[in-house]
Amino acid sequence: MTEPTIFDLSVPGRKGVTFPEPDVPEFALPEGFLREDLPIPEMSEMDAVRHFTSISQKNYAIDLGFYPLGSCTMKYNPKVNEVTSRLPGFASVHPLQPIESVQGSLYLMYELQNMLAEIAGFAGVTLMPAAGAQGELTGTLIIKKYHTDRGDHQRTRMLIPDSAHGTNPASSAMLGLDIVPLPSDERGNVDLVALRELCDDRLAGLMLTNPNTLGLFDENVAEVIKIVHEAGGLVYGDGANMNALLGVFRPGDVGIDVLHFNLHKTFSTPHGGGGPGSGPVAVREHLVPFLPDPVVGIIQEGDEDQAPLYGFIRPEKSIGRIKTFYGHFGVLVRAFTYISMLGQEGLRDAAEKAVLNANYLQEKLKGTYTLPYDRICMHEFVLEGRWSDVPDIHALDIAKRLMDYKFHPPTNYFPLIVPEALMIEPTETENKETLDRFVDAMLKIAEEARTNPQLLKDAPHNTPIRRADELKAARELMLCCSIDLE
Amino acid sequence: MFTPHTIHDVEVMLKSIGVEKIEDLFQEIPEQFRYPDLSLAPRLTEMEAVAELENIASANGTTKEFLSFLGAGAYDHYIPAAVDNLLQRGEFYTAYTPYQPEISQGTLQAIFEFQSLICRLTGMDVSNASHYDGATAAAEAVILATGHFRNKRKKVLLSRALNPQYRQTIRTYMQTDGSLQILGDDAETGIDIKNLIAQIDNNTALVMVQYPDFFGRIIDYKELVETAHANGALVAMAVNPTALGLLTPPGDLGADIALGEGQPLGIPLSFGGPYLGFFAVKDALLRKIAGRLVGQTVDAEGKLAYVLTLTAREQHIRREKASSNICSNQGLMTLAATIYLSVLGKHGFRQVSNLCYQKAHYAAEQISSIHGFEVMFPETPFFHEFVIRSEQPVDELLEHLLDHDIFGGYKLENDYPELQNCLMLAVTEKISREDIDYLCNILGEVDHD
Repeated sequence: MTEPTIFDLSVPGRKGVTFPEPDVPEFALPEGFLREDLPIPEMSEMDAVRHFTSISQKNYAIDLGFYPLGSCTMKYNPKVNEVTSRLPGFASVHPLQPIESVQGSLYLMYELQNMLAEIAGFAGVTLMPAAGAQGELTGTLIIKKYHTDRGDHQRTRMLIPDSAHGTNPASSAMLGLDIVPLPSDERGNVDLVALRELCDDRLAGLMLTNPNTLGLFDENVAEVIKIVHEAGGLVYGDGANMNALLGVFRPGDVGIDVLHFNLHKTFSTPHGGGGPGSGPVAVREHLVPFLPDPVVGIIQEGDEDQAPLYGFIRPEKSIGRIKTFYGHFGVLVRAFTYISMLGQEGLRDAAEKAVLNANYLQEKLKGTYTLPYDRICMHEFVLEGRWSDVPDIHALDIAKRLMDYKFHPPTNYFPLIVPEALMIEPTETENKETLDRFVDAMLKIAEEARTNPQLLKDAPHNTPIRRADELKAARELMLCCSIDLE
Repeated sequence: MFTPHTIHDVEVMLKSIGVEKIEDLFQEIPEQFRYPDLSLAPRLTEMEAVAELENIASANGTTKEFLSFLGAGAYDHYIPAAVDNLLQRGEFYTAYTPYQPEISQGTLQAIFEFQSLICRLTGMDVSNASHYDGATAAAEAVILATGHFRNKRKKVLLSRALNPQYRQTIRTYMQTDGSLQILGDDAETGIDIKNLIAQIDNNTALVMVQYPDFFGRIIDYKELVETAHANGALVAMAVNPTALGLLTPPGDLGADIALGEGQPLGIPLSFGGPYLGFFAVKDALLRKIAGRLVGQTVDAEGKLAYVLTLTAREQHIRREKASSNICSNQGLMTLAATIYLSVLGKHGFRQVSNLCYQKAHYAAEQISSIHGFEVMFPETPFFHEFVIRSEQPVDELLEHLLDHDIFGGYKLENDYPELQNCLMLAVTEKISREDIDYLCNILGEVDHD
């Protein structure tokens, strides 16, 4: 059944939550500045609650089932995070309070900066970026400013592997950098020959995702970084795939200069239907002065009787402010809670089980689906969603049919270097029975592709809506409810 | 923690993969870097973690314990219970971006409703699915405007009465465009809108003002809009959504872009984030808007459906040619704002807007009658935030108020050296007359000698 919108539900004169009458004398409203009407819906509180509850039931979510969306790390979002981030001591704090009254928040941020620096092997961290893409923007700004600060104005070229996330080239382009695509070799690693040819004094840096979006750890990572550094460039690490490396490998140890984290992937904070994310950026020693303004630091050392005083510090050569206030604090509380509960042991366990789950699935599926790079994978892997004997069946059809089996589909059509890609990331929080059920569904679908291909072409069949007409949506743009209230 | 594998599971899975132990899966990682020793505190159980976090949180003072007149971009409004209760449905908060419409209609419909509410509040034609916050929405407006003129217009004018953090963020975002001039917010231009209007010319891509402005003032922007449009420039207005319960929407004032901080719409203060940047334009700029858009369509059976649309503008398709690098939006925060406006409805929202206005005016009037204090800009109407000047340095004043459990407001000298001894106060519906009288009593005790 089609769910009416809040505008359909509106009845003139109906009231929801009400507020007390003014307890102060009435002041005249500013004439000439008043709006004539306020066309927002009128409904009872219960009608609103039923509406939002009802539409929520049309969503698939981690709390409902397996969500193997490659590159998104859809792991369990612990319920305790929702409790700690809502503690009044965190939720009811204004960002401009005197620092003496926010020492709890500042302590948590200071500690989280240190935890993330320790986990990934870096000297400094900013928690300010709102999401991965803003982390990338921050990181590339730092790289650009580092070069200009040294007088290297000609360094404007950013090398980006063909397997990279789309945000990588988009972030660099926003800053006027020239994007130079870098091919992968036949094992899915960065092509070293091509890399050497592109490294000269115009090189600003290289954006490296490792493990890359094929789920493969670049076997030559140390060599790649050495080549870039020798040419005077810096290496940016896209930390979207850190879940494979927790407690196993620190990108900073091998010479990565800048790295962003996605707290909403690696550190269990919820994706919220598209946000809020959080994309802290870690840097090595030489880039610490360029971090965004402000970072959290100790502004007065403590002693035996007195705790240190935490406050805000503007890094000496800061790129500046990148958003209001200090970051997605509520998300930071969740990540802090998670890391506190895992510790070194738990972080390593998470990475190991994520990689174990991915390799188990890869092994079970690779006979039926083409695995273009047949190696031990990290936390995810990419299959081809196509078969030469049924050329009409595409990755999209397989993805849609999976919904009928109550699974969220893998990421499809990414990375671009694999035709009809199906990118599968099971995460560590799934049990073996779930993985086995997913394998059964994938094998069944491969069979259906031969016996009843129309079943796939018409899929999904059992979802709140059938395939949506995206062409119509783009052609006859309807971006706003047209119902007139009153 | 949170991994379900039994020893038996691991054995069976390793055997199936064809390796002996889990470490064998990490052989491609250079050996000298493998398994670093991390200096982290020992792990905690859930019970211990909650106690630890409660302990950390208790070191903060909150707006529940203190009487707070802080605003300056974040406001302490009452959030109805239904908002957070619905946000905690796992179907909403543990879902990803709605790339698969067949199983994401909940998120998609909520965003569609959010876009519709923002259009109606602001009087604009098209709203996107949100930006990170007000400051990044402001930066996106500058990017949109410079792109709109294909970088041929080299000047962007920002009002000095635009939130200083927005102006800082814009400058960070645009710092690598060496030929772009960002002007208008210097001390010499000042906060008189006339001086800003005088700088508009045919090289101006965008003029950005705030409504009500950073000081809470309701400024008549008619002449500014006319001058900008006569010069072919775009006008962006950063607006406080609560004020739009009463005030003429920016769309009716001629704004080409309306943006702002959506935090007042049911989002907790949470020490500065996550908040919500909203962003809306007139039809003429529809194809220039960055970020996600949800559109209405039908499914294969002709049933009403919602999808992400015009995705060809976005980074995952266009890569370096995308109009912005933005990937996520503030999904759950847009949902909070949508639920907030729905449960308040027209009546409740107008009440909040009016209560803020009335109480702020009572507070301003009371303070202005205290010896040693004056209310600044007395001839200009204001909404729920206003500036007072004291004969005392603001730091002393704030300390005195803090001793009486009051967060007195925002010290303007931080950003405006010319506004010495000036304090900005915000008043929301949560503040009672009694609270205001208490504030005035404490202010009355201040020694001005």
